[in-house]
Amino acid sequence: MSTTLLIGILLAIAAVAYTLGRMRANAVAGGKSSALHSRPNYYGAYVALAAFLPPLIVVAAWLAISPFIVNSSVRDTFPDEVKAQSPAQQSLAFGMVATIARGLPKLTEEELRAIQQDPSTLQAVFATKGVAVAAEARPYMLESAATLNGMTRTSRLALAAVAIGLSLAGAFFSLRSVAPRFRARNKVERVILWALLLASSIAILTTIGIVASMATEALHFFTMVPAHEFFFGTVWDPRFAGAGATSSGQFGLIPLLAGTLYIGFVAMLVAVPVGLFAAIYMAEYATPRMRSLAKPLLEVLAGIPTIVYGFFALVTVGPFLRDLSAQLNGLATGNYANFIQAQSVITAGIVMGIMLIPYVSSLSDDIITAVPRALRDGSLGLGATRSETIKRVILPAALPGIVGALLMTASRAIGETMIVVLAAGVAARMQINPFEPMTTVTVKIVNQLTGDLEFTSPQTLVAFALGITLFCITLALNIYALYIVRKYREQYE
Amino acid sequence: MTDIVSQASGKVVSAAPPRRDIGIRRRYAAERRFRFYGLAAIAFGLVFLFILLWTVVSKGYTAFLQTEITLPITFSEQLIDPGNKRESDPKVLQTANYPLLVRDALAEKLGIASSDRPALRQVSGLFSDSARVTLRDMVVSDPSIIGKTVPVTVLASANIDSAFKGQFDLTVDEGSRKVSDQQLGWVNTLAEEGVLSKGFNTGLFVNGNSSRPEAAGLGVALVGSLYLMGIVLVLSLPIGVAASIYLEEFAPKNRLTDLIEVNINNLAAVPSIVYGLLGLAVFINFAGLPRSAPLVGGLVLTLMTLPTIIIATRAALRAVPPSIRSAALGLGASRMQTIFHHVLPLAMPGILTGTIIGLAHALGETAPLLLIGMVAFVANVPATPLDPSTALPVQIYMWANEAERAFVERTSGAIIVLLAFLIIMNLGAILLRRRFERRW
Amino acid sequence: MTEAATEEALEKKMNTVPLKMVGKDVSVYYGDKRALYDVNLNVRENTVTALIGPSGCGKSTFLRTLNRMNDTIDGCRVTGLITLDGGDIYDPAIDVVELRARVGMVFQKPNPFPKSIYENVSYGPRIHGLARTKAELDQVVEQSLQRAGLWNEVKDRLHESGTGLSGGQQQRLCIARAVAVSPEVILMDEPCSALDPIATAKVEELIHELRANFTIVIVTHSMQQAARVSQRTAMFHLGNLVEENDTDKMFTNPDDQRTQDYIMGRFG
Repeated sequence: MSTTLLIGILLAIAAVAYTLGRMRANAVAGGKSSALHSRPNYYGAYVALAAFLPPLIVVAAWLAISPFIVNSSVRDTFPDEVKAQSPAQQSLAFGMVATIARGLPKLTEEELRAIQQDPSTLQAVFATKGVAVAAEARPYMLESAATLNGMTRTSRLALAAVAIGLSLAGAFFSLRSVAPRFRARNKVERVILWALLLASSIAILTTIGIVASMATEALHFFTMVPAHEFFFGTVWDPRFAGAGATSSGQFGLIPLLAGTLYIGFVAMLVAVPVGLFAAIYMAEYATPRMRSLAKPLLEVLAGIPTIVYGFFALVTVGPFLRDLSAQLNGLATGNYANFIQAQSVITAGIVMGIMLIPYVSSLSDDIITAVPRALRDGSLGLGATRSETIKRVILPAALPGIVGALLMTASRAIGETMIVVLAAGVAARMQINPFEPMTTVTVKIVNQLTGDLEFTSPQTLVAFALGITLFCITLALNIYALYIVRKYREQYE
Repeated sequence: MTDIVSQASGKVVSAAPPRRDIGIRRRYAAERRFRFYGLAAIAFGLVFLFILLWTVVSKGYTAFLQTEITLPITFSEQLIDPGNKRESDPKVLQTANYPLLVRDALAEKLGIASSDRPALRQVSGLFSDSARVTLRDMVVSDPSIIGKTVPVTVLASANIDSAFKGQFDLTVDEGSRKVSDQQLGWVNTLAEEGVLSKGFNTGLFVNGNSSRPEAAGLGVALVGSLYLMGIVLVLSLPIGVAASIYLEEFAPKNRLTDLIEVNINNLAAVPSIVYGLLGLAVFINFAGLPRSAPLVGGLVLTLMTLPTIIIATRAALRAVPPSIRSAALGLGASRMQTIFHHVLPLAMPGILTGTIIGLAHALGETAPLLLIGMVAFVANVPATPLDPSTALPVQIYMWANEAERAFVERTSGAIIVLLAFLIIMNLGAILLRRRFERRW
Repeated sequence: MTEAATEEALEKKMNTVPLKMVGKDVSVYYGDKRALYDVNLNVRENTVTALIGPSGCGKSTFLRTLNRMNDTIDGCRVTGLITLDGGDIYDPAIDVVELRARVGMVFQKPNPFPKSIYENVSYGPRIHGLARTKAELDQVVEQSLQRAGLWNEVKDRLHESGTGLSGGQQQRLCIARAVAVSPEVILMDEPCSALDPIATAKVEELIHELRANFTIVIVTHSMQQAARVSQRTAMFHLGNLVEENDTDKMFTNPDDQRTQDYIMGRFG
């Protein structure tokens, strides 16, 4: 019995239970629903929940635990010489058994008999059924596969019996408890409250998931490559992940970090003045009409997916800068060689800067408009011009908030991926010429994780070490920025 | 702003001379400069927005048209199945050299002798290699077609397509461009006879990926993105709303809820690529879900979108005035009833607006999908969310990395499709906000 | 001397004081809403003029027209004529910045800039370029703080934040800030409404002293305060100027029935 079918049956029982619960509530009330503590619906819902929730929890727990039990019992059936092998080889063998187990039900009686006589034909026969078996099967595997299938079947049946029994029992006992003074609504609402709490805990679970998963894989990585070589290494040369690769290459974080920070710096150089001045103009000068037109248009920049910016950098900005530099060089020296590469720090930086303009401007706009009107009036009342008021009173007053906003923007620049993947280049170099390509942490995460993955090779695992570095940097920036902004808001509340 | 009735007083009206020098002229010059910087900053942003959109549209609008060649093709048995073995060996029909059929039909049309080998090679360059699949599918589905002459539409090759759309600079020396003068002559002849024509490019929306730009389409990507959006919507809306209700209406003010609060704000700022790593480690490596599957992508994007939805929903709940809650509570409704009967419906427009914006964000997200392997060459439309698939932005990424010129056009076309979806979603959000905006 | 004769003498004496600012048929609109109806009011030099009336009567609105602070509110329109020393302050040739340097303002709530005390006071002289050297600036700051009666309290912590002062001190800092620009007129918009009685007394005392050097227009909610600090009082009601008179007369024998009612506390 498949899990979907089981859940379907449980739902059906719950639906019946709901109707019965309502009917019983109406019956015990003798037709006067005012005699009941809660509306009849709540009695129905109570009975339905009692019929559905406990078996659901059992099903979930069973599904989570039973594979482990089944697996270990199947491994017990392995011959001793297999048990003596390394864990990796054992799990390889188990993988084959699992595949065979999946293919077995598709065979006809004759084919099964033929295979039992000669397991070496198994691979070919299975292939015709659309089941690819990795290597030649060994005789014990067929038996183990049969055991596996048998145990799975038993487990499913047992689960179905337990779940349905539990469901019926829940419905029965909860129906008996339906009485006029029974507080069905409160019970149902308690369940809903738990559901709400569960939903909000997903936020925490996500964070735990991020930290735990990345930390595990990163620690795994650090057992292969010493942490100091990663954090202080100045050479990034991971080589290829592949069987038989003896030298594991060098995994220096520094060149990637340098590229990340350099490109982020160029981006901020573009985004901060433009965004800040745009925000000031919107907040202090623009007529309501202009504000209502220009503000949404600028925010369109924030709504455009970063892949589009990446494409823009790749096909427009990069070639433009390259050709421009060639022309300039030609005019100056007569040699029409470009000194800006199409993929370069400056290309990625400028395009990323444009993407960040709306972040800077809308965050700063909020912060500038939060400066109390009294301060503005105080300055204007003394005869200051608008720009003097902005420069000498509003900006200094808003400075902490703006710094917070800029930190948040910087964290976005550091975590940005698609623009740099397409526009910054892949060469991990340490240099200071903005016209040359550099690479970033995010680019390398993408590079290391596209293609074939092996969760045992440092070439793959290094991505998690890079990821947790990135996560920590952005997290620190954000927490600090949130702290500053919160302080700033409290000041004016 | 002012409206002076200067006649009102007889005795006055000459501006008094400035009393002292407070540098008015200099200060106003600075004021004007400052203002100009502000305007220039806004103009800078808008100009770039315009250039960006213009680049994409000017490069991409031609992708919606496709040059096609329609002509009668003789399904010669001699070429397809010379030994007449198709009954015994189905592979014969699969592997026959179908492009030759098209070549011969075109050569006949253009009056080229079958002995003129160089010319024939040039003719082969006129139509797409995808003709092989087109014809094969026709023959395999109906072998009785062999020996007959049927009108068939095949795609023109990418270079001919570009040339026909006028995208090649024909002043360049013939040797250094991809279309020869002879081919151009044929194209003109064929176009005059109506054999070669431009039509709406349905293939762009239907086909899967292909290494031939003219046959590559967004079909798989669109279905993949549809699955992703469906999963994100189904999961993130209920979970997000439930979490927000708890945090906004029930959560006691304590350390734990403070932690959740800070957490959500931080999750909203975590780089999207980190979610990709999470998905790879947890859903694929730990839980064993298949790589490249929209289900995994949907789960990852759900986790990424949740903070946005929670923040928007909480703001919407907070905007419902306390008087509504008091009114319902005063009538004897429980807190749960108050929220589900009164507060939630009133907050719904705000919640939906936030959800749409979150979805739009998720639709354009690329980086996490790269890590969970949705960047795969997928030619067949996925039937379930567990089959390998790509997504719209990932397809753009893949095409952007292709070297061929014709892919630039496809990429831009795909971006236009993506932006069109985003515009529709955002307009929907704006309309929703306008329609149901409430001022308390 | 008869009572009538005293009054006449008083009037004559008052009439000899030159007019600093004159408002003629001043009306103010916020969008379509009219907030002030043809107000005619004279402000005499080195006099404290109090504007009183129930809340929402337009007294603050009128005050803000005197240095064009209403310009900063979107959709606000002023008609009529307002002169400063005979010059129309709404004349396009007149510059707001220059006007506000001559007509300073102190607001209802103390609004020191979140900077040091010194920077608060030196802000005006600095932007207007009134002090050429640091020594001159120091002198202006000290003088202004002394005039505002704050010097002795803050001279040792001039470089601490102005927001750290008590409410009353903050308000006197704002007055010092206004004084530092050496305006001719100082407008005060309910300067004591956010202060406790002791701080209020100090500010009132200060206003009294400032009168020697400045023309002061003060909006106040409290009639006692108007009686204590002003020589002339104008009573506003529903956007109209009801009565303008010597303060003594206003509080003993007003001409208008509505003034009498207000002073007697019939509405407010």
